[in-house]
Amino acid sequence: MNTPSIPEKVVAAATARGYWKSVFFRLMRDKVTVVCLLVLLAVVFMAIFAPLIAPYDPFKGSILKRLLPFGSEGFPLGTDELGRDMITRLIYGGRLSLVMGITPVIAALVIGAFLGIIAGFMGGHTNTAIMRTIDVFYAFPSVLLAVAISGALGAGIFNAMVALTVVFIPPIARVSESVTTQVRSLDFVEAARASGASSLTIIRVHILGNVLGPVFIYSTSLISVSMILASGLSFLGLGTKPPEAEWGLMLNTLRTAIYLNPWVAALPGTMIFIVSICFNMLADGLRSAMDVTQ
Amino acid sequence: MTGSAQGDKAPPYPPGARPILEVRELRKHFPLKTGMFGQGAGTVHAVDDISFSVMTGETLGIVGESGCGKSTTARLLMRLIDPDAGRVLLDGKGIAEPAPTGLEVRDARRQMQMVFQDSFASLNPRLTIEDSIAFGPIVHGLPTKQAKARARELLNKVGLAPERFAARYPHELSGGQRQRINIARALALEPRIVILDEAVSALDKSVEAQVLNLLLDLKKEFGLTYLFISHDLNVVRYMSDRVMVMYLGKVAEIGPVESIYGRTAHPYTTALLSAMPSMDPGKRTEAPPLVGDPPSPIDPPPGCRFRTRCPHAEEICGAGDPVLALAGEAHHVACLMMKAGSGHSKAPAA
Repeated sequence: MNTPSIPEKVVAAATARGYWKSVFFRLMRDKVTVVCLLVLLAVVFMAIFAPLIAPYDPFKGSILKRLLPFGSEGFPLGTDELGRDMITRLIYGGRLSLVMGITPVIAALVIGAFLGIIAGFMGGHTNTAIMRTIDVFYAFPSVLLAVAISGALGAGIFNAMVALTVVFIPPIARVSESVTTQVRSLDFVEAARASGASSLTIIRVHILGNVLGPVFIYSTSLISVSMILASGLSFLGLGTKPPEAEWGLMLNTLRTAIYLNPWVAALPGTMIFIVSICFNMLADGLRSAMDVTQ
Repeated sequence: MTGSAQGDKAPPYPPGARPILEVRELRKHFPLKTGMFGQGAGTVHAVDDISFSVMTGETLGIVGESGCGKSTTARLLMRLIDPDAGRVLLDGKGIAEPAPTGLEVRDARRQMQMVFQDSFASLNPRLTIEDSIAFGPIVHGLPTKQAKARARELLNKVGLAPERFAARYPHELSGGQRQRINIARALALEPRIVILDEAVSALDKSVEAQVLNLLLDLKKEFGLTYLFISHDLNVVRYMSDRVMVMYLGKVAEIGPVESIYGRTAHPYTTALLSAMPSMDPGKRTEAPPLVGDPPSPIDPPPGCRFRTRCPHAEEICGAGDPVLALAGEAHHVACLMMKAGSGHSKAPAA
């Protein structure tokens, strides 16, 4: 208990740091996560300021300049099948791809975590009712489910996002439920009940803080899945429509040029790959940074 | 071991003392669910019609093997689980019964707090020490600033410097420090009764001694009443004024600590005490300790529950539950051998 060798000020400085500050501190020491974070920030930055950064108009093509290879004059990454600059298209494509990757996950996080925490905290019949209903969605493979819902609702960005949200609610709810069930059985929740707190207060103060961390990290890893699924829907013609720039859709339209100009055709796929892997690594980094017991 | 005339020591509480807590025929059975539709597979008789009372200002020790219902009793008293039958009276008012003779659970919890065994699991890892202690008072309407001031004051009382510990998180502390925090948290609501459920069992011996002495100091300072649950007979003897021995959900023996340890009446208590390690080599027991495990608490057979392991068991022991009989001053025991005219060959004549 006594630490006479360490001056009081040092101890105070080491412990006065708040929780989120210490998470940030640990995150910054993790090189891989920092690189991934920087890549993602760069992509987001470019997507937001696309009109200022992109060298050309993303919709204006040229018959003469179709499918130029890498390193062509004025077009370092070549052009697509309609003669549009690939750099411009990739920068603009990030806008829709990121929105379609992140929005469904946020919506599913709100709904899924709510359902999962209620199910986990209440237990008994409430749990059975919620979780068995959610299990029904597990009967379908996620891609098939997204395609089916999206197909039923009709093509379009909004409908594709609704479909993706429905796909992501079950896994998020399931993770929230299992974490909540674990936390609920711990003695500090019993102690909180013993102090006379209402269920709502216990959920707010003791459950949320311990459940949202793991659920948030899990959801971050779903962003990459969401982007790939969204690309898949666009590829099938269920998400965005031409001439809109979206990585999945670009992959689809450039597919015909794969023998002619494989490197350019692979570019949208590469972007999807880079961004998803960055989200996954970021999720991993967050997981270890947010673990207070280390 | 014969009669009530042997009371050479006054009861540990003054003659006029009133019970602060009375437990009457408290019962909790857990149904076992197996099979797809949870069809009955018996019930665990965790706590079976136990009655006892706790006097104001005393420490009642509760001992027994694992699974004898000690912790279930504590949770029933706190209403963390609902009893199947029976009443708990606080100051003569039934908890969770309608006013005016009853008391709301929330009000009862204010006067009764609990310290848990697992010092790590009983603190929220995401809250600072200060926030954990201040949580209860805030719930009961104390402004945050005052609640935090009280938390710091209590940290001082349990021997942790607030300026060093208030802003820390549980994982930064040792087991003994965390248990001090748990004690401070229990005291934050200014309760009159504190239930200590194996509160020192997980600590190593030197820290355990410090925490026990802290508990004794706090008891004196705040005028507390303790329910001290433990499986460690030495610790219970050191802490308690009276001791209750439990076996398979029943009270085996209850009485003043000197009487329980000095004039043991129940064969189970005798066996427990003989298994207790002694510091004195000359006092080592030669008699064989208790053999076998306690029988399953699932649908126990009628009669005395100890008879399957009791060296004095006779046929009469299976006839019915032995009721508590007087075995000394304020010393009751649930054994037919102590009950005059019970039919047991070793019972005193009627």
